[in-house]
Amino acid sequence: MAAPLPTPGVGPSPAEPAGACTSCALAPSTARLARLGLAPGRHDHVVALAGNPNTGKSTVFNALTGLRQHVGNWAGKTVARAEGGFSFGGAGYRIVDLPGTYSLLSTSTDEDVARDVLLFGRPDVVVVVVDATRLERNLPLVLQIRQITGRVVVALNLVDEARRHGITVDTRHLTRELGVPVVATAARRNEGLPELLAAIAQVATADDPPKPLRLTHHDPALEKAVADLAAQVEARFPGVPNSRWVALRLLEGDAGIEEAVRNGTLGDLATPREAA
Amino acid sequence: MTDLLDEAARLRRNLSDDVGDKIVESLYTDAARIADTSVDRDDARAKLTLDRALDRVLTHRVWGFLAMGVLFFGVFWFTIAGAAVPSDLLYVLLVENGHAWLRGLFEAVGSPWWVTGLLVDGVYLATAWVIAVMLPPMAIFFPLFTLLEDFGYLPRVAFNLDRLFARSGAHGKQALTMMMGYGCNAAGVTATRIIDSRRERLIAIITNNFSICNGRWPTLILMGTIFVGAVVPPALAGFVAAGSVVAVVIVGIGVTLAVSWLLSRTVLRGESSVYSLELPPYRPPQVWRTLYTSIIDRTLKVLRRAVLMAAPAGAVIWLIGNVHLGDASVAAHLVTALNPLGWVIGLNGVILLAYLVAVPANEIIIPTIVMLTLTLGANTLGAAPGVMLELGDDAQIGSVLVTAGGWTLLTAVNLMLFTLLHNPCSTTVMTIWHETRSVRWTTLATLLPLGLGFAVCALTAGVARLAGWA
Repeated sequence: MAAPLPTPGVGPSPAEPAGACTSCALAPSTARLARLGLAPGRHDHVVALAGNPNTGKSTVFNALTGLRQHVGNWAGKTVARAEGGFSFGGAGYRIVDLPGTYSLLSTSTDEDVARDVLLFGRPDVVVVVVDATRLERNLPLVLQIRQITGRVVVALNLVDEARRHGITVDTRHLTRELGVPVVATAARRNEGLPELLAAIAQVATADDPPKPLRLTHHDPALEKAVADLAAQVEARFPGVPNSRWVALRLLEGDAGIEEAVRNGTLGDLATPREAA
Repeated sequence: MTDLLDEAARLRRNLSDDVGDKIVESLYTDAARIADTSVDRDDARAKLTLDRALDRVLTHRVWGFLAMGVLFFGVFWFTIAGAAVPSDLLYVLLVENGHAWLRGLFEAVGSPWWVTGLLVDGVYLATAWVIAVMLPPMAIFFPLFTLLEDFGYLPRVAFNLDRLFARSGAHGKQALTMMMGYGCNAAGVTATRIIDSRRERLIAIITNNFSICNGRWPTLILMGTIFVGAVVPPALAGFVAAGSVVAVVIVGIGVTLAVSWLLSRTVLRGESSVYSLELPPYRPPQVWRTLYTSIIDRTLKVLRRAVLMAAPAGAVIWLIGNVHLGDASVAAHLVTALNPLGWVIGLNGVILLAYLVAVPANEIIIPTIVMLTLTLGANTLGAAPGVMLELGDDAQIGSVLVTAGGWTLLTAVNLMLFTLLHNPCSTTVMTIWHETRSVRWTTLATLLPLGLGFAVCALTAGVARLAGWA
């Protein structure tokens, strides 16, 4: 992970071309974030907050950062990307609230933004906020994010509402299935936040995070195509951790990923995160 | 690096066309399996039916609209009824006593007349006015509106209006950006980013101004209270006043739909996009937290902006009222010049001048109008000479406007209409430019509502005069 960063008077300047970024030489993670329009700042870890719309994502963001912004009960309320910070266990965290999306299939601007930050921003931790009362509808996004990275914490939010509706979720089983920590939270009542922070810290400092999830496809032809293409992705960009996911996107003809192949930025994913 | 893409294309050709669907399908199959084995439902159904029963009423074709009317009417009625007493208190405290005390203080230390005038009669008075007029209604209106929002009601409104928007060739999500506009048009314009189609987004941006924003609610509520409410017996005044505000909101929705329809059939023709609107579960609002955040976030922020705008505007009002060119003040010249146009649209020169001064923020319209009316006095404005101008509570504001300004019910009704239909404030215009990056669309979004305002007000004035009502 990156060391605490000195930031010599660099303000948030999304329009700045990457080449002009004065802090790039200092910290690759900051440079990556600056390219994606995120403000560089003093922090040890970068946390991205993802989730379906209306799962209480903004409430979790507020609870973590201590902000008291008004949170609306409707989908699509958070239009602009919010950023904040918090510290836990002596380390500084920068947290980026991504727009609420149902998938990362790049069918809207919101999904593109979320996907780019998750894939190319390579956050140290991705917190996926899911609605405990509508787990089935929320899991596709979790699975897609898990295909990209293993540095994931699932915040099973709104468990208070689930309790009222007589819904219980077996978090231990879910943890086993997803291969990443699942923490039950009720962010509105500050329930489960200490546990969530501990899980975030654990994933952020993990030297050997879980591998990206491999989903197998029931269609043999598709499965074979994915395996073939993934092998070629790995041959071309050795060390890319999520080659199968990249292969899937290429098979679908995802323009953003094709562009990353063409200009070689996909290869950046292979560089170890510790490199300075 | 393109050989990898060629290979992908080759593999894709060998697969069936629905490869995307298959990928999504396996994702959902896995999701369903995991959810199935992790979730345990216990009498969940019985509990969820409350949500369903509520939705059956609140999104009903007929009852949904009725419930909408009743809820919004209730919010305005509470605001109007509840704001009266604190508004009067603030008035006495800040405007009457505070102004006199501050004036005394300035005179005691021997400050020149123009310094006292500029700072006390201009800057302080305008600021005190804005606080007295705006703080109480906002402190009631915003928490109530936010409670409705937290409860999950606003998406139901969007659902109800969706059909109407679709029929006018606009995007259903425009109902949501319209809701945001009821808070602040600049925020509403930014919120149109949720609409992906450029055509439908432009329609949403141009029509957002027909949602009455924070800065305009106080004008409507005040006009409704002191003019419209006053024509019925006191027992009914509150209801009629609230009803008149709701009526303007409904006219606003009508204009939004009509203009959307017109745009989508002329300059912004194209396909309507399909989208899904998620109706979130009803959630019991967190009352205390909502009170806190809506007072800190909305009320105080809006008030701060209003005060920041009111202070310089107060100085401008005092200056144009006291700098003389020839035989009359600058303000008097301007009002005289604007009066004929004002008459045609059932308003007057003072109101039009106030709208010029208040371009940065609509919040200060009423204070500006009253201060200009007072500064210019009876002789310029053609009312009975020798009227003592004493300001007090809302009713006295009304009497000042009637006796010194020569206002009638028509003036008040047209001011309410003009409040709905005029150019967006300068912040919103800047936001529109920022979002569209187009001078053409920004100009259209600025001038279209203004043109409509002139047309509608001229029409009501003409009809009222022909019918002998005014």
